[in-house]
Amino acid sequence: MADLALDPRAELNPTLVQGDATYAGVTDAISVITESKPPKQWYYAMAVAIPLAGLLFFCLGYLVINGIGVWGNNSPVGWGWDITNFVWWIGIGHAGTLISAILFLFRQRWRTSINRAAEAMTLFAVACAGIYPLFHTGRPWRAAYWLFPMPNELLGMWQNFRSPLMWDVFAVSTYATVSALFWYVGLVPDLATLRDRAKGLRQQIFGILSLGWRGSARQWKHYELAYLILAGLSTPLVLSVHSIVSFDFATSVIPGWHTTIFPPYFVAGAIFSGFAMVITLMVLARWVYNLQHLITIKHLENMCKVILATGMIVGFAYGTEFFIAWYSANQYEKFAFINRAFGPYAWAYWSMIACNVISPQFFWFKKVRTSIPAMFILAIFINIGMWFERFVIIATSLHRDFLPSSWGYFSPTWVDVGTFAGTMGLFLTLFLLFLRFLPAIAISEVKGVLHNQLVSKKGGH
Amino acid sequence: MNQFVHINPTTTTGRKYWRSLNQLSGTPEFKQWVEREFPEGAADAASAGSRRSLLKLMAASFGLAGLAACRRPVEKILPHAKGVEGLIHGKPLHYATVATVGGAATGLMVETHEGRPTKVEGNEKHPASLGATSAHMQALVLSLYDPDRTKGVRKAGARSSWDEFTAWANGEFSAEKQGDGAGLRILAERSSSPSLKSVREQLAKKFPKAQWVEYDSVNFDNTRLGTQLAFGQPLEAHYAYDKADVVVALDADFLGLDSQSILPVKQFSSKRRVSSHESKINRLYAAESNYTVTGAMADHRLRLRASDVGALAVALAKELNVGGGELKVLSSKPGAAEKFVAAVAKELAAARGRSIVVAGPRQPKEVHALVALINQALGNTGETVTYTAPVVGADDSIAAVKQLVADLNTGQVKTLAVLGGNPVYTLPGDLNFAGAMKKAASTVVLAAEENETWAAAQWQLPEAHPFEAWGDARALDGTASIQQPLVAPLYYGKPAIEVAAMIAGLEKASAHEIVKSYWSAQWGAAAGKTWNLSLYNGFIEGTKLEAVQPAADIAKVYASIAPALKPAPAGLEVVFYPGHSTYDGRFANNAWMQEAPDPMTKLVWDNAALLSAATADKLGVTTGSIVNVQVGGRGAGVAVMVMPGHADDSISLTLGYGRAACGRVGRGVGHRVEFVRAAAAFHFAQASAKPNGDTYELVTTQEHHTLEEPITGKTRPIVLEATMEQYHHHPDHFEHAVHVPEVVNMFEQFEWTGQQWGMTIDLNACTGCNACLVACQAENNIPVVGKDQVKRGREMHWIRLDRYFTGDQNDPQVVNQPMACVQCENAPCESVCPVAATAHSPEGLNDMAYNRCVGTRYCANNCPYKVRRFNFLNWNKDLAESQKMMFNPDVTVRMRGVMEKCNYCVQRIQEVKIEAKANNRAELKDGDVKSACQQVCPADAIVFGNINDPNSKVARMKKQQRDYILLEELNIKPRTSYLGKLRNPNPELIHG
Repeated sequence: MADLALDPRAELNPTLVQGDATYAGVTDAISVITESKPPKQWYYAMAVAIPLAGLLFFCLGYLVINGIGVWGNNSPVGWGWDITNFVWWIGIGHAGTLISAILFLFRQRWRTSINRAAEAMTLFAVACAGIYPLFHTGRPWRAAYWLFPMPNELLGMWQNFRSPLMWDVFAVSTYATVSALFWYVGLVPDLATLRDRAKGLRQQIFGILSLGWRGSARQWKHYELAYLILAGLSTPLVLSVHSIVSFDFATSVIPGWHTTIFPPYFVAGAIFSGFAMVITLMVLARWVYNLQHLITIKHLENMCKVILATGMIVGFAYGTEFFIAWYSANQYEKFAFINRAFGPYAWAYWSMIACNVISPQFFWFKKVRTSIPAMFILAIFINIGMWFERFVIIATSLHRDFLPSSWGYFSPTWVDVGTFAGTMGLFLTLFLLFLRFLPAIAISEVKGVLHNQLVSKKGGH
Repeated sequence: MNQFVHINPTTTTGRKYWRSLNQLSGTPEFKQWVEREFPEGAADAASAGSRRSLLKLMAASFGLAGLAACRRPVEKILPHAKGVEGLIHGKPLHYATVATVGGAATGLMVETHEGRPTKVEGNEKHPASLGATSAHMQALVLSLYDPDRTKGVRKAGARSSWDEFTAWANGEFSAEKQGDGAGLRILAERSSSPSLKSVREQLAKKFPKAQWVEYDSVNFDNTRLGTQLAFGQPLEAHYAYDKADVVVALDADFLGLDSQSILPVKQFSSKRRVSSHESKINRLYAAESNYTVTGAMADHRLRLRASDVGALAVALAKELNVGGGELKVLSSKPGAAEKFVAAVAKELAAARGRSIVVAGPRQPKEVHALVALINQALGNTGETVTYTAPVVGADDSIAAVKQLVADLNTGQVKTLAVLGGNPVYTLPGDLNFAGAMKKAASTVVLAAEENETWAAAQWQLPEAHPFEAWGDARALDGTASIQQPLVAPLYYGKPAIEVAAMIAGLEKASAHEIVKSYWSAQWGAAAGKTWNLSLYNGFIEGTKLEAVQPAADIAKVYASIAPALKPAPAGLEVVFYPGHSTYDGRFANNAWMQEAPDPMTKLVWDNAALLSAATADKLGVTTGSIVNVQVGGRGAGVAVMVMPGHADDSISLTLGYGRAACGRVGRGVGHRVEFVRAAAAFHFAQASAKPNGDTYELVTTQEHHTLEEPITGKTRPIVLEATMEQYHHHPDHFEHAVHVPEVVNMFEQFEWTGQQWGMTIDLNACTGCNACLVACQAENNIPVVGKDQVKRGREMHWIRLDRYFTGDQNDPQVVNQPMACVQCENAPCESVCPVAATAHSPEGLNDMAYNRCVGTRYCANNCPYKVRRFNFLNWNKDLAESQKMMFNPDVTVRMRGVMEKCNYCVQRIQEVKIEAKANNRAELKDGDVKSACQQVCPADAIVFGNINDPNSKVARMKKQQRDYILLEELNIKPRTSYLGKLRNPNPELIHG
């Protein structure tokens, strides 16, 4: 990290690590989390997370045994909570890659203490998201492999590469793969640190996982380069994944879906919701593990600023959609948007507006940006609002399309709710396991930032 | 004999096995049961209780168990083992037969696969079918395989047999027991069967004082009693709608359930056919309380209480100067009605001999007589209205059942035989037939299902389905047909004629013998040949009845009926209508019919008390409230549905619901209204109604009923409509109804050469009768999903009938639009399917490869017409064995998790193509392939064929200027196009 450590802008942020931190102190503070028994709060959280994850598997089993009919999906609303949840989870995943890749390339050193957890969050969110495209199909035992371009006995031909759902398969699987690699490569030096502190079986496991890392200058050189390349690879993915997910809707003929604004609008929304989720998790993690000196108010405030910016983009997009619907002079298009705001799903639309457009405005105030309870509550609102955004796009567009005779309404069933709550359980379980067994903060990177602080102290500033 | 193998538990080793507590205790009941189970000395083989002999017996039982499946064919039809004429395995055979609803026959051509009837078609040669059928006829197949049918003879619930019944019947119906038959009553449905008539004559010879009573809940007596009044003889009126330029329907749903419907619709639609803007069409006026399909087709519709229709008829007669009495009556909305009458009278007077005035069967006989007088005065008699002798009994059946119930109650009836029908359920509540029936010493009930009447009987006999039994029947015009069976009775059923023969003590008691000998006697020497020809044709030549030329003394008759046509008192009335789904309740256990949405209300799996918004306000109810309807002290709770266009102060109730003893499908579906019916006020009555505070969930397949958007109020150009005048002056009306910007194709378009399939649907002809919907269901193995799933929007019909109200909210007009997959050339569903499960055929079909579908539902989302149907659950999970025989083997039965939709009956196309190829024919002829919906349509609204052949009917239809493409601006290029709807309003009524 030599070149990065010399980044002058890093010195402008001298408070990224607070208190009298030393290298050993940082190592200790982070490693000890994985080495000692977790605090009580961790068990409480697990007691919530594991039953919820169990509920997920129960609901999925029930779904596969009985069919999609156990959900609320119907005709005309062929997609309900399933694809809403898919897009929501994928969106949440975006913050991780954005923080680790794009902020890395832009030399935003404040990312160091949150990038590891954010990347983990990405992986787990993508895992949760990935459940839906598979299980929302009527015959998941076929969809599991028929959607991949490999030879199979029944299809006997290529998949339909014109279908945005095919693009989804590639986009999401690529994203999941690159994110996992990126995360793992970043973990390697820290895994070696844990290995060096451990004994017995634990040492052997971390030994294997750390791939023989010894911390030589040569290894650091290769590592830095590999990390940079992966960051470069991930960056376009941040933009592409949600753009492609938005194509599911944008390429269709349904009013409310058929819009060219979707790719940038979806990406902004994804970052918006992703950062809200990072705040939600980080606030909890730093509280549980007393990491206030590593995940500082400065970090959190920066994230609030990103939320404010992306929230404004999202709000602008909502306005643009309405303007274009009017400007298009297309009766069906106009109605789709009027119906959103004033039809049977107006409650969902105005919930979305309240959460996504109004609530981030509070972040104009530094007091709010630096208040942990305030930002936590607002982040939760934004998470809810972004879920409603996807629901509004999917369900309200479908429920009243062209022919009034086929109009309907979507109401979720307990299985819909259970599946969604279940993915939260799965997500939380994975995240808690991650906190327990892996370094939740990038030790080596924090040390890189700390180096500047230590140097500047010696310099007599 | 009947000695059971006794295994003494104390002497055998090992565990003690027992089958029930009764066995364990060795009670006499159990022993009796065992004896019934193993009758006739099966146990004799084992005289001693040794283990060895037990095992021997067991082995033999297992061996013989297989034989239980064997049934000795008696005379029946030829077994397949001997070969069937013309049978090629895997190819269906078609047999001509007839079925009756309400007595009169419809000619059918039934498709059978390996001996299983799978699909009903109309018989093109039969005068009451002309190739089309009603929805009910289509649903007969499902009734045949209904696992809830009566199975085997029962005696007061206990299992019995035909042999036992015959033995009993020989004693019961002997001259010694019955004497002259004074204590014998037979209650049956109206029948037009000449053979049954001959059996009845023989029965009357044996028991001269026995009475044969006929009764139908959906009752047409008044039509014949009216002619009796007018002409002094009961006659059947036949209306030639294809010759009439002006039709006035007075509470007459002649395009729906108030007639045999198929022929009237055929005739009527021929007068609505338009080939260019120069064409002329007829004009239909309807005055009715409920909104019927006839009202929906009408150019002018007057909403009027059913009890005011008589007064309207009088006003019309007066305006036309028929009779010239002194009646001035029009209690509701005099302004509108008087204007209506004046305009109608003017039109009728101008169309002498080319007009029809028709009254519905609910109207009293005096109205029918008056209508006959009007038609005579207008010179229509003999031109557009002809009369023949009736093919069914012309007596007053309600008076007859009243007498029957009185006889039962006074103990005059010793033996009551109910041959078909379900009188306990269908008879008016004030007769209390269930109570009266108990007073007969012995009761015999022949029923097709375990219904309310069957449950109350001593002898419970299974009735054969029309497809299982020999018989005959006449069409309304008299044409007789042989009803030939297509399959041996599945559940040991016998037709009514056989039981009647048993009662009459005939020697030749099988239906086949009775029918054949009856007709052989008619034909004499040519009997053999004529029999075969009649079976082949599906009708018997030369049996059409001669038209009679009655003439009424108008002034005299008018004076005699005038006193009865008193103005109705103001206030609430109830009117009873047959159910489009259930008819009189006989289709209550038919899931296809229950799930077929009512053509007007779109209600499924329920009936409702239909009333207008004003009446709902007055009563303080809304859709879904339960209202307690009271007629003469008897009340019934019915769910309310507010129906736009319904007459004020009138409640329409649908018969055939709320069945207490019924199969699994129909039990408890809807609310029973028969109970509030009274013999004295059978069709409509003064009533009171008040909400009882409860609510009930009604489910419809269509939740939004207008073409207007909510919130914005803008009308969507989905169903395009014009008046004849507009179309005449602006033939391009439909072309310019929607502005379609210049569309650009991003990709090179496929060249559609050779045979290319396409369809047109004439919105001007479609009445929305549901025949296509049920035919499609039968042809394409479409499952039913039940009320709860329809509520969730998961009905599976491939073709749906969209019904929209237009205009005034309280007095709207109705348009119907059949909507199935339109087979877009640039199909939006195809491009989004990741596994290419839906793809185009070179002939322009948007095909579904069910095996390839993984069920993402993306295609359905992206379908602008929402015609794709998804198997959300396994709809075929709980099929009975019998129902598995019902499927069309040419069509895949879809599993859960896959998408399905209309494919223009691709199996029929393939069948014809293979046939053509086998015969070295390169090209198919126009009309070789008919889709199921097209074939069944009585209005001939659907035309299907090769659009690349400029001479094909479909190509010519598409050239009409009325032809338009729905959502053309999306550039998806559908193959199905619509021909715009035209109305022919009377300028006087719209402008003045």
